[in-house]
Amino acid sequence: MLIQYNYMLKNISPPSNKIILPLIFQQTGCTSQHWRPLIKLQSDPRVFQGSLFQKYPQFSTTAVNDASHGSSIQKDMINVTFVDKDIEEKNIKVPVGMSMLEVAHENDIELEGACEGSLACSTCHVIVMDMDYYNKLQDPTDEEMTCWILLLGLQRRKSHLGCQIVARPELDGICLALPAASRNFAVDGYVPKPR
Amino acid sequence: MYKARAWLSRSFTALSSNPLRVCVVGSGPAGFYTAEKTLKAHQEAQVDIIDRLPTPFGLVRSGVAPDHPETKIVINQFSRVVQHERCSFFGNVTLGSSVSLSELRQLYHVVVLAYGAESDRALGIPGEDLIGVHSAREFVWWYNGHPDGKNLSPDLKSTDTAVILGQGNVALDVARILLRPTEELATTDIASYAWTALEGSSIRKVYLVGRRGPVQAACTAKELREILGIKNLYVHIREDDLIKSPTDEEEMKNSRIQRRVYELLSKAAASASSQPMLGQRELHFVFFRKPDSFLESNERSGHVSGVHFEKTALKGGGPGKQYAVGTGEFEDLDCGMVLKSIGYKSVPVNGLPFDNHKGIVPNIRGRVLKNISGDSSQVENGLYVCGWLKRGPTGIIATNLYCAEETVGSISEDLEQGVLASSSGLPKPGREGLLQLLDNRNVRPVPFSAWEKIDSEEKRLGSLRNKPKEKLTTYEDLLKVAT
Repeated sequence: MLIQYNYMLKNISPPSNKIILPLIFQQTGCTSQHWRPLIKLQSDPRVFQGSLFQKYPQFSTTAVNDASHGSSIQKDMINVTFVDKDIEEKNIKVPVGMSMLEVAHENDIELEGACEGSLACSTCHVIVMDMDYYNKLQDPTDEEMTCWILLLGLQRRKSHLGCQIVARPELDGICLALPAASRNFAVDGYVPKPR
Repeated sequence: MYKARAWLSRSFTALSSNPLRVCVVGSGPAGFYTAEKTLKAHQEAQVDIIDRLPTPFGLVRSGVAPDHPETKIVINQFSRVVQHERCSFFGNVTLGSSVSLSELRQLYHVVVLAYGAESDRALGIPGEDLIGVHSAREFVWWYNGHPDGKNLSPDLKSTDTAVILGQGNVALDVARILLRPTEELATTDIASYAWTALEGSSIRKVYLVGRRGPVQAACTAKELREILGIKNLYVHIREDDLIKSPTDEEEMKNSRIQRRVYELLSKAAASASSQPMLGQRELHFVFFRKPDSFLESNERSGHVSGVHFEKTALKGGGPGKQYAVGTGEFEDLDCGMVLKSIGYKSVPVNGLPFDNHKGIVPNIRGRVLKNISGDSSQVENGLYVCGWLKRGPTGIIATNLYCAEETVGSISEDLEQGVLASSSGLPKPGREGLLQLLDNRNVRPVPFSAWEKIDSEEKRLGSLRNKPKEKLTTYEDLLKVAT
């Protein structure tokens, strides 16, 4: 099953070599216990003009094996799974230090990021699916809180700004769900009085 | 289920040689999010965004305060939308004079009105047109270099006191610009003439006046924290105003935002010294005051010299529904300038149903209705609204994200159900037709590439003065660089 990504909207020129690897079936742990196709994408490193992102080397799915531990995961990479509104899962290897917003944009995941990570909006909020992982995240700063309390429909106990979640070894295996479109867009539950 | 239907409508237009032609009127956040989502949902759709200004981006350019540059970063995302091959921007095209609404509906399958709110709610009290009484909207346009704002020329030299009516984020913005040390504004994209005027300003006291109490204040914590943190600013709030009723407590329990705002205000009240120090600028939060009339100066006829307020009390309705009622007691505040920040209002257009009371176009989920009565069977085919014109002038930039999703969702449904002309096979002239019509009328649209020239020139001029950009503030200058 091919999933179309609207990379055209996010790039000035389409990436020149987008490779879709053959479907590999693997058990995924996030939403179900059955075997699901695991689809990986490689993308060119892209520069976002005017953005505050750092550039990262191209993701590699060929692991650099740590011979002494026999680990199949590169030491400074962790696994992150994104679940979109159609419950499609995308499993991505993420270098430590990269924010989830950058990860999403590098992998054509439809995460909004209006202010590109400068804590001036709330459009990149993600839902952390597992409480254990949520507890591993640092508490949202005051600044971050004032961003995301402005939007209705957030599951406050599990929501976080994607631009503020930075990949660390402890977050290996974290599962982040993209919020469904909210139909209720009043500021924090305010229902306009019929005038 | 929706995915299957969406695939069907996409494949329908892909099979026909009759692409969906969409015109979005207004290039602010509502317009751009609508365009972006339309392009994504319909792989053959052609989207044209028009704006009456030569410059795009609406209030992101002309409303967001100069000292909030991070809020403007979304311009990058919007620029990427226009650079899409199926999308075009045409500035300098005015709905009504360059092209009428009915003409647009003939040229395009879908017209989405996203032109926001360019007027103000009126107080309707005596003295409202005295010199020195301005709307905050115009003042914001003035310091942001909007070509329609330049001639406001507010007099900042003949008074030391400004009264701002309203306590929302716009009110806080204008208060902050008046009170902030000008050296902090020197390196922003504030209009030069505004910076010069502020440099020479004699205003030292600003009053932010609300009809109701601190629990009902419409501003949000981030903005409030920012203004309370201005260097060397004396902040005054009456302790009595902070007393909460049980209904107030209930309101605060239900709203985290209100709680944080109230906490910030009470903290500020508690930590304020009793008197301002010599030379300190002052910010006063005044609650429970309703403007009754504006007072005319005896020395300068025709100029405002103060505001006559009626004290108010809150009355029933339950939490979230308390309203201010006059108590019959009055109080005056002397001032030489008043900024009304009580809400923007949309402007109707010929041929468009309009709800004057709410200031919006009657609609259901973005589909324009033929009249205000709200009968959902009376829909104007092919005509939609998004943004403030649809919802009223509330929310933040991101609010339009969801608003656009809803409107584009309605468009997709209508397309799939065969309601729109494109599904019945009628091609529409779209972009080519619009450009031909404009050419016949001698209207020169400003394409996005021309905006990029304006943008480069503004950045170049800005670099000479250590500013991110020096805005061009007249139509002549903008059009000269554009062509």
